[in-house]
Amino acid sequence: MTRHIRHAAGFCALLLLALLVNAARVQVVQAGSYDANPANRRVAIARYGQPRGDILVAGEPVTGSRDSGQQLRYERTYVNGPLYAPVTGFASQEYGTTLLEHAQDGVLSGTDPLLTPLPLWHGLTRSLSPGGHVVTTLDPAAQQAAYEGLDGRKGAVAAVEPSTGRILALVSTPSYDPSVLSGNAAATERSWERLNSDPDKPMLNRAVRQTYPPGSTFKVVTAAAALDAGVVTDLDRPTRSPDPYRLPGTRTWLMNEGDGCADAPLRDAFEWSCNTVFAKLGVNVGVTGMTRTAQAFGFNDRALRVPFSVARSTFDTSVDKAQLALSSIGQYNTRATPLQMAMVASAVADGGQLREPYLVERTTTADGRTAWTAGPRAVRQVMRPETADLMKELMEGVVTEGTGTNAAIPGAIVGGKTGTAQHGVGNAGTPYAWFVSWARREEDLTPRVAVAVVVEDGSAHRGEITGGGVAAPIARAVMEAVLNSRSGSGG
Amino acid sequence: MTNAGTTVVQADPPARAVRLPRRRGIELALIVLAVLLSVYGYCAVGLARYGTVPPGAAGYGAGLGVLALLAHLAVRLRAPYADPLLLPIGVLLNGLGLVLIYRLDLETPGDRAAPTQLVWSTLGVTLFIVVVLMLRDHRWLQRYSYVCVAAALVLLLLPILFPAVNGARIWIRIAGFSIQPGEFAKVLLAVFFAAYLAANRSALAYTGRRIWFVRLPTGRVLGPILAIWLLSVGVLVLERDLGTSLLFFGQFVVLLYVATGRTGWIAVGLLLACLGAVAVGRLEPHVHSRVEDWLHPFASIDAGLGPGQLAQSLFAFAAGGVLGTGLGLGHSVLIGFAVKSDFILATAGEELGLAGLCAIFLLYGLLVERGYRAGLALRDPFGRLLAVGLASLIALQVFVIAGGVTGLIPLTGMAMPFLAQGGSSVVTNWATVALLIRVSHTARREYDGEVAP
Repeated sequence: MTRHIRHAAGFCALLLLALLVNAARVQVVQAGSYDANPANRRVAIARYGQPRGDILVAGEPVTGSRDSGQQLRYERTYVNGPLYAPVTGFASQEYGTTLLEHAQDGVLSGTDPLLTPLPLWHGLTRSLSPGGHVVTTLDPAAQQAAYEGLDGRKGAVAAVEPSTGRILALVSTPSYDPSVLSGNAAATERSWERLNSDPDKPMLNRAVRQTYPPGSTFKVVTAAAALDAGVVTDLDRPTRSPDPYRLPGTRTWLMNEGDGCADAPLRDAFEWSCNTVFAKLGVNVGVTGMTRTAQAFGFNDRALRVPFSVARSTFDTSVDKAQLALSSIGQYNTRATPLQMAMVASAVADGGQLREPYLVERTTTADGRTAWTAGPRAVRQVMRPETADLMKELMEGVVTEGTGTNAAIPGAIVGGKTGTAQHGVGNAGTPYAWFVSWARREEDLTPRVAVAVVVEDGSAHRGEITGGGVAAPIARAVMEAVLNSRSGSGG
Repeated sequence: MTNAGTTVVQADPPARAVRLPRRRGIELALIVLAVLLSVYGYCAVGLARYGTVPPGAAGYGAGLGVLALLAHLAVRLRAPYADPLLLPIGVLLNGLGLVLIYRLDLETPGDRAAPTQLVWSTLGVTLFIVVVLMLRDHRWLQRYSYVCVAAALVLLLLPILFPAVNGARIWIRIAGFSIQPGEFAKVLLAVFFAAYLAANRSALAYTGRRIWFVRLPTGRVLGPILAIWLLSVGVLVLERDLGTSLLFFGQFVVLLYVATGRTGWIAVGLLLACLGAVAVGRLEPHVHSRVEDWLHPFASIDAGLGPGQLAQSLFAFAAGGVLGTGLGLGHSVLIGFAVKSDFILATAGEELGLAGLCAIFLLYGLLVERGYRAGLALRDPFGRLLAVGLASLIALQVFVIAGGVTGLIPLTGMAMPFLAQGGSSVVTNWATVALLIRVSHTARREYDGEVAP
């Protein structure tokens, strides 16, 4: 019997061993995959267990956190949701994060290793840092001016500081309040469905995620290419271009809206936006030259992050001459985001230098210690400085005596370019109204702000939709806001 | 003459002269340690959750301490030679269980289980004291083995008269307390099995026809025990509590093997178990789904229905890692239903980590080992079988439920001894430890340095 008791005891020891080995399997070997299982709510509980860090505009938070008392404790709130939605995006417990909330999620949620006092701190303590803050480059006055200027019409505004690339305004309307998506209740789901089924697409960030045919505003690029390539050397010499202009290799005649474009010199053609002249200039520069300049401005770039991704603006590189002619006046396959057109104006304004735009000035820990700072951005010489000077002259002319007089600001030097882009099958859609511009106060050496405005106004009469009539006043308001709000600062 | 006589005495000392030390002081020290550890756990929960020591800490510690001290006094009085580890292990496991249940109560403010559990623990310790004081000799139980089995059957049949709770007819509700009579039946059946096998082990081992290499026992010997076993298992299948029937079966096979030393019994037992498992797994949808859960714990996630209980349990263990999150800081409450009873181990695994879980397993292992050791040291067959039976009961119970919640074997509902919420279980466990104390007292008092036959 003793022997058998020992056998039975050995059997029990085997059971114990099996339990111990299995516990090690679950808690050590498999732990990583179990922890990472998306159905495991522990990650979410930890993530929402502390207030999310804030996004700051001019030192003031535009976001907040609310203690919901639920299992996922803190919900996101927004101080001025619709105004800043194209910048912040939303941070939803149910639907994830977008835009800055997404791109800076590590800082805001406290997982970013830069927030910790020591390397590998999170791994050692199995904890999160308190949510850090994201300081943006936005100018609240410019943002507000753009939002009020658009006044609920479908459209977008992007404004950058040419000398740095800081984004001063990024507005898209119609907008929405991202706080309605923060929680995980039934109301959140209803809001989500309502916003997604809205025909006006309020969650679409038109400033960076929507491309439009840039129309005549693209003539800035074409003019710069022509000047850089030496196709035009004197702004006031006639360009020997017919009106109407027959697209090469076709029987299609390109017309102008106004008269006096035949053989018009570049200065007049730019001020009065002659399609025929720029179509012919584009053809004369050639695909290679046009492509080089357009890509230097940022077209065809997939990699731009501000820090969230920006839709790719396109300039078709495999075109025949007729298509090139149309591409050069911002039609055919040429498409641009409002931010891209602001970059075009910015490059002209800053002596031909283009700096990558960015939205995040720096990130800080919860108690304000700087964790990361945006260093100086890479500079790209888009055109020769002399070309940039001539381009500035051209754009100033548009505002002083051309199509863009609505953008003039007393006491400031403003350069701009209007655009009216046709679109739709047989150009039946209501045209988009464009305006791109830059401005400096008379006492300043360099422009302070470059803006692009697009209004896809479905309600106005077709004839009235010109960039100068609808878009230029908005650009003017944004530029004024920047010039005024920064008047106190020295440099 | 005198010299010669002395020489004889020296050469052949009487058996009584090498009585084992009593070691009651060690038991007391270990009990104090167990109570302090439990109070520490209670304070750790409060500190982690609210930053303060919970207001009831002193009362809780005093209550547990007084209970443990009374039990210790009873042992000192009536079973001074008992194994000094049994009682401290029981106190520590019970104290830890109270801490875990108190900790889970914080997540479910509408359902406070810890005070009830404390009441049941008091009842359990009272029963322990009664058994230790009243039961002078465990052999007394042998005389009442048929009373035991009759009582066990009545207890097993009783819940059929009451409505089913959560799909199983194993509870009866009296005055707000729900009692699981099947738990008490476990100990009674262990007594009966031990008594019956002790009386008939020779007949079982050496009679009967030999077919191939298995010697089949005669029907006269096998009949009653098979009948009782079939009846109890049948009742449990009717009540749909398969964990307990598995437990009875395992205990029965172990005792049969120990009593007769016949590997044939194990072969027959395993065969029966396999047949039963396949049949029940096929026929009973409840069991079938448990097996499916075990094979594919994350199937419900893939199906878009969210994690099931077993998946949540595995997540909890995984979240604990090696060192655990710390008491009060885990999220095992996500398991939902039965988190304080069947799944209590998941809370221990998450908040105390692999280290704490292994410590708990080793405590159970030690408890079982002490039971087996008492069995080895005893001389009478009934006592040996009783000690082995009770120790195996604990071992199998721990394996079935701990293996179930950690995904080692299909999950069957069962209480983790001492840890889990459940009054009947706690009372039964204290009774088990009391019997082990009695048996080990006899074993160690009569121990003569020789391994028993």
